[in-house]
Amino acid sequence: MLNHDILIVGGGLTGLRAAVGLCDRFDVGLISKVYPTRSHSIAAQGGLNAALTNNPESRDDSWEKHTFDTIKGSDYLADQDAAEIMCKEGIKIVYEMEHWGCPFSRFPDGTIAQRPFGGAGYPRTCYSADITGHVLLNTLYERAVAKGVKIYPEWFVTSLCIEEGLCHGVIALDTQKGSLIPVRAKVTFFGTGGYGRVFQQSTNALINTGGGIGMAYKAGVPLKDMEFVQFHPTTLIGTNILMSEACRGEGAYLANNQGERFMQRYVPTAMELAPRDIVSRCIQTEINEGRGFDHPLGKYVHLDLRHLGAKKILERLPGIRNISIDFLGVDPITDPIPIQPGQHYSMGGIDVNARCASDVRGFYAGGECSCVSVHGANRLGGNSLLETIVFGKLAAQAIDEDMTKSPLPLPDEKPLLRMQEAMEAKIRRLTEPGRGEKAYKIHAELGVTMTEKVGIFRTRKNLDEALQVLIGLKERYRQVGVSSAVRYMNYELINTLEQEYVLEVAHTIILGAILREESRGAHFRLDFKTRNDQDWLKHTIARIGPDGEPAISFKEVIMTRYQPMERKY
Amino acid sequence: MIKANAYTFKILRYDAQDPQSEPCFATYRINVIPGLTVLAVLNRIRDEIDGTLAFRSSCRSAVCGSCAMVINGKLDLACRTQVSAFNTDTIILEPLPNFEVIRDLVVDMTPFWRMYDKIQPYLIRHSPVPEKEILQSEAERLRIDQYVNCILCACCYGACPVLAREPDYIGPAAAAKLERFVLDSRDERPAGVLEILNNEKGVWACDTLFRCIDACPKEVRPTDAIVGLRKAIVKNRFQKMLGKAKDEA
Repeated sequence: MLNHDILIVGGGLTGLRAAVGLCDRFDVGLISKVYPTRSHSIAAQGGLNAALTNNPESRDDSWEKHTFDTIKGSDYLADQDAAEIMCKEGIKIVYEMEHWGCPFSRFPDGTIAQRPFGGAGYPRTCYSADITGHVLLNTLYERAVAKGVKIYPEWFVTSLCIEEGLCHGVIALDTQKGSLIPVRAKVTFFGTGGYGRVFQQSTNALINTGGGIGMAYKAGVPLKDMEFVQFHPTTLIGTNILMSEACRGEGAYLANNQGERFMQRYVPTAMELAPRDIVSRCIQTEINEGRGFDHPLGKYVHLDLRHLGAKKILERLPGIRNISIDFLGVDPITDPIPIQPGQHYSMGGIDVNARCASDVRGFYAGGECSCVSVHGANRLGGNSLLETIVFGKLAAQAIDEDMTKSPLPLPDEKPLLRMQEAMEAKIRRLTEPGRGEKAYKIHAELGVTMTEKVGIFRTRKNLDEALQVLIGLKERYRQVGVSSAVRYMNYELINTLEQEYVLEVAHTIILGAILREESRGAHFRLDFKTRNDQDWLKHTIARIGPDGEPAISFKEVIMTRYQPMERKY
Repeated sequence: MIKANAYTFKILRYDAQDPQSEPCFATYRINVIPGLTVLAVLNRIRDEIDGTLAFRSSCRSAVCGSCAMVINGKLDLACRTQVSAFNTDTIILEPLPNFEVIRDLVVDMTPFWRMYDKIQPYLIRHSPVPEKEILQSEAERLRIDQYVNCILCACCYGACPVLAREPDYIGPAAAAKLERFVLDSRDERPAGVLEILNNEKGVWACDTLFRCIDACPKEVRPTDAIVGLRKAIVKNRFQKMLGKAKDEA
């Protein structure tokens, strides 16, 4: 058995920031299912928002205005106290990352460069060309190396151990060696990322299965607002690789098959820089009404960068250009990029407060796997990188405080040993002959159903159908098997273990979407087209019931000084 | 309808933990539609044909550096390589050279990360921390740009002929990372710290054959870094001889 004061699961920005914040005072271990620099944080392109006022056009910007934009963008579902904390702390976080070596792009006066982003009143998105996630993740990993954080790379957590309201730690598979190891900790922190790959068309890394969220749910931790899924307006057709909002921030146009900048018909003021939920619906409407282009890989519209000129594209959006060339053979300097909306971000997640604490003692979560909630029904571009680092830091502070005030002892090892035994038995069962079902088939069918029936536009009928498909897939999962009993570098085994949790995550998304009979932010019901504050200005909480089925309850939204109003841009 | 073309994939397979295992090529025939990447096909092979096939992947968009391997003799990321990019219907996949294989296309990256850790891969400052950002001009930022782009995929490490004969050589990626900090206008590491590379396992080991530059999927030029570090070391030596060295760690 491995012991740590604090166990962090996830080597992305949130996990690394929490580790860096705790490792001086506690014995910290960080488990990551990939090498930390392979985490999905690396893929973030456009930047992170903070009211630094560096841009000449943002001199009277403030964290309060940033908070207002965030709350309005959230369609008033964000908890306002948490949004305030994030926007205020964001300024410090950007400077801190800069002091740790983060190579931000610069303005001519040597300050950190800031660009406009959707749904924001001022250009406040700090960036490094179009590789902002890459530079932030590298900087934090470098910091973790400098501080000597103990990292377990390529360890896959198979289950979270909670008994009698106390978190005991996890069971992990060392995928290089193949051993199943109980890891006991006084505090366990999850920064395990979002659930993008529940959907077929997603910008997310293949590793973003939502497994950590499903694992927490299965262990009894409630989830919040799972029905809120962000669909990014601009993803490359075929692969659905992200084409950053920075493209539109730098001035790119969206055009339909008539060459029309169609956004002028929907949101004439904000145009291409309306928030993501709105732009995605506009694009999908254009496509549905026959004004898109046809391609064997799917229907699409144009993201046109040509008028920006080669110099600006090469300087500000070099990654976008490389991706377009490598994956579709299109050079944005000479041709428009074929794009379609695709799943991008999970607003919902593990229910935690603004201190990242869950209602289970010794269990905390932050970043995309969590729902604080700072994004509410729709996240603004540039707020996710911000959230990861801010709440990684705040979680570390909260854990430090809690452990100092009332230190938790090292928990009893028996529940972990029992859980290890159960996992051993499950793996043995999976490798028995005659189990004909395969996890990849279940995953693929789930993805198609989620994209088709739980996507940008939702109806009761489609959601009911999705639920039926899901119930069938859960049944089929009982017969799932893997080809080999070898435990090291057995990715089929990992995918199969994870699939159990993925199905639970999908279940909570669908149920939340069925219950929420209104349209708010990214959740759009064609049969309930308007926001209904009277009945639905509240969070959805999904908790696993004694029968294994999700039970849904509700929680008030925390309001401070921003009264809900109609969301117009 | 798009027409699928039949491809033959030959994958070098080996299991280091199985004493019976010998490296040998396994052959898979698979129909591929145009536009599919090598990684997409690997996923299909593992899903549909052989669940035991081992390879790493994560972002599938050429930014995370997981899936470096040898593809028809060329070091590259499987996720950004189109199956149709080669003038042949046979694709041969091998693990990264200069590493021990764990299983199939998965190699043991430990030596790579050990070299990375060794060069103090982080910004070192002694000056007081300013309230806001440390100012940096656009030109200063541009100077480190190519090295900032490194995704630590280890293609360069696999391509390096020096590492093939001298496994203790610091290697191109670690050198590029160090140069990224040495050239950073904000970094204050004493020039003397470069002395750890002033030997035949450090910057002088490089044969300047530029294989690393050739192999890099992100247009980083590690040889530039090695040459830059050599110059910095020589300059520091001269200054020391002349009694002008500003700092010693």
